[in-house]
Amino acid sequence: METAVVPEVATKTVPIFVMGKKYEVPDTLTIMKALEYAGYQYIRGCGCRGGICGACATVYRKAGDYKIYTGLACQTVVEPEMYLAQIPFYPANRASYDFEEIEATPESIFKLYPELFRCVACNACSKVCPMDVEVLDYVSALKRGDIKAAAEISFDCIQCGLCTSRCMGEMAQYHIAQLARRLYGGKLAPKAEHLQKMCDDIEAGAFDEELAKLKTLGVDDMKKIYTEREMEPAMSDESWKPASSAGLA
Amino acid sequence: MEGEPATTPTPVEIPGNIDPVRRAALAKVAELSGENVYECMQCGTCSAVCPMVDSMNFTTRQGIHYLQFGMVEKVIDARIGEYCASCHTCQVRCPRGIEVPKIFEAVRLLSLRMNEDLITLSEIPKETLEGAPQIAMVSAFRKLTA
Amino acid sequence: MRIAYYPGCTMKTRAASLELAAVEALNVLGVEFTELERWNCCGAVFSLAEDDLIHHVAPVRNLVRAQQEGCDTVVTICSQCYNTLARANLLVRGDQEKLETINRFMDEEPDYEGGIEVIHYLTLLRDHVGWDALKAKVVRPLDGLKVAPFYGCTLLRPDEVSIDPLHEGVLEQFLLALGAEPVAHSAATECCGSYQMLAHPEEGMQRAAKVIGSANHAGAEALVLSCPLCEYNLGTRQSDVVAMGGELKPVPTLYFTQLLGIALGLEPDLYRLDLAGPEARDLLVEKNFVAAATV
Repeated sequence: METAVVPEVATKTVPIFVMGKKYEVPDTLTIMKALEYAGYQYIRGCGCRGGICGACATVYRKAGDYKIYTGLACQTVVEPEMYLAQIPFYPANRASYDFEEIEATPESIFKLYPELFRCVACNACSKVCPMDVEVLDYVSALKRGDIKAAAEISFDCIQCGLCTSRCMGEMAQYHIAQLARRLYGGKLAPKAEHLQKMCDDIEAGAFDEELAKLKTLGVDDMKKIYTEREMEPAMSDESWKPASSAGLA
Repeated sequence: MEGEPATTPTPVEIPGNIDPVRRAALAKVAELSGENVYECMQCGTCSAVCPMVDSMNFTTRQGIHYLQFGMVEKVIDARIGEYCASCHTCQVRCPRGIEVPKIFEAVRLLSLRMNEDLITLSEIPKETLEGAPQIAMVSAFRKLTA
Repeated sequence: MRIAYYPGCTMKTRAASLELAAVEALNVLGVEFTELERWNCCGAVFSLAEDDLIHHVAPVRNLVRAQQEGCDTVVTICSQCYNTLARANLLVRGDQEKLETINRFMDEEPDYEGGIEVIHYLTLLRDHVGWDALKAKVVRPLDGLKVAPFYGCTLLRPDEVSIDPLHEGVLEQFLLALGAEPVAHSAATECCGSYQMLAHPEEGMQRAAKVIGSANHAGAEALVLSCPLCEYNLGTRQSDVVAMGGELKPVPTLYFTQLLGIALGLEPDLYRLDLAGPEARDLLVEKNFVAAATV
């Protein structure tokens, strides 16, 4: 079986502490790989392994340092004497609402999440965020009713829950921000009209003939059409137009 | 003066005949508030000017008097701290210059710091949360929730 | 003076009627200022416990922002924000140890150096613009409108942050400069009930009733306010308060900045009468201060 965990290159090992127990692990590994190297099997707290799903939130401390550090286990490389625990899930209050019915106003958010007003601006949330989201700034935006700003500032949030674990006001910031993003994207942001028109054209059957034709072709013919398709040249200017206007408005 | 603490706290001398449990509670109130309840001469001006006094089980003056006996639990039960609107009229009128709001904030904090809310968020009607300005929620939650 | 304007949370939603005219008025009066670019909620109330530092972080962080943006003065309109920011500022300027602890805690920010002054909008008008200069810019005097000024608590108490330490009647002077007639009433500096309207609504409404009764008794045509919480208790909830029974009569409530906007002849969408009660709109139309079409 291919041992994909340990690289071929000679490495040294470093001690890390997982929930208080010491392990020696190769120093090039991420926390996640190091835990697997040490024999832990992930059945929870692991997801995309690509830094975007938020499942592997990890809190750690370093020797002789009082500060709290955080990171995603799949992205953070181990350090000597790292003292870590994973927070795969932190209890978070999520309000129930019907997205179709809810009004896109600040008051809708205040009603569902009154704990928003318990924020004391301690900034522990921003400090702990592994994605460098300015959590305090979006909470402030929410408190002053600026749904758009809250949606924009919270964009990179991966819902890992670390902010919630540190919040003095006992808020689940990421759930509130998600509501803001949903309200903004679904009800406040200007609609892309050309997209709507394209959808309407498709539903009206503008492409039915083309599609029907393509369905009759074999794989080789499809490949031919694909490789011989007309492409916009890399350095074209605004005046460039395709030779065939089939399927265009 | 720059660099010095705003108030130089003098230890509050609690009379010896107050029992140890009450003494500890009063000492806590003194520590949190930085005020000396024994400076109060019971003139009653604080009660006279308090906008919320009618809602409290007994008056602010009586509250300070109970504190002088170390009977902090009675003051908590009278809900003085809960109904206080932090208007500070008592403070500006007190002839002894006692910062009365600090004393009742300390009493409030005895509950709040034990994680006991003095109002319950889930009991606030949704219409109120929708209709009230954010300032109302922020101030109420800061003063009355743990 | 390099002035930073600190809005506060409520200004951007239901208290837009308190903010908009005030900000434009500064332009008309020739006061240079910038709105703070990045700010957080100040916390609305000042924590009174001796050992509490975390609740001072919110206001002090805003002072750091003002410092970062190169300002030396923070002006605010909401009375509660004024009170909290001013008291927090006094606290940390007077206690080096507490300031150091707070600065150390906010290790992701530059240290607050204590150099910011916090003033209220009315102080700015009185001390930096002057009543005469204000009067000179009035294009629509308020024709002796009988206005009961309501200070509430946070502009005047405690003494160290009072905007009127010599009891000269800042709001009365303001109203006179606009051509209105301030009427004395007993509850001018009493409490509107504050957050008790939310926490204990019945008791809050009783408090509000006292203030409205006081304005009725003095024969006021309008009650003028400076704080969004006072507005909620005395304005938005007024119909509930009056409905409690007794001898209360409705009295229009307006922000002092709305009167300022009208007197300076600003565009109506700046003093947002749509956010004021129907009695206020009717009063202003009846007195010819605004055209019926603009409300």
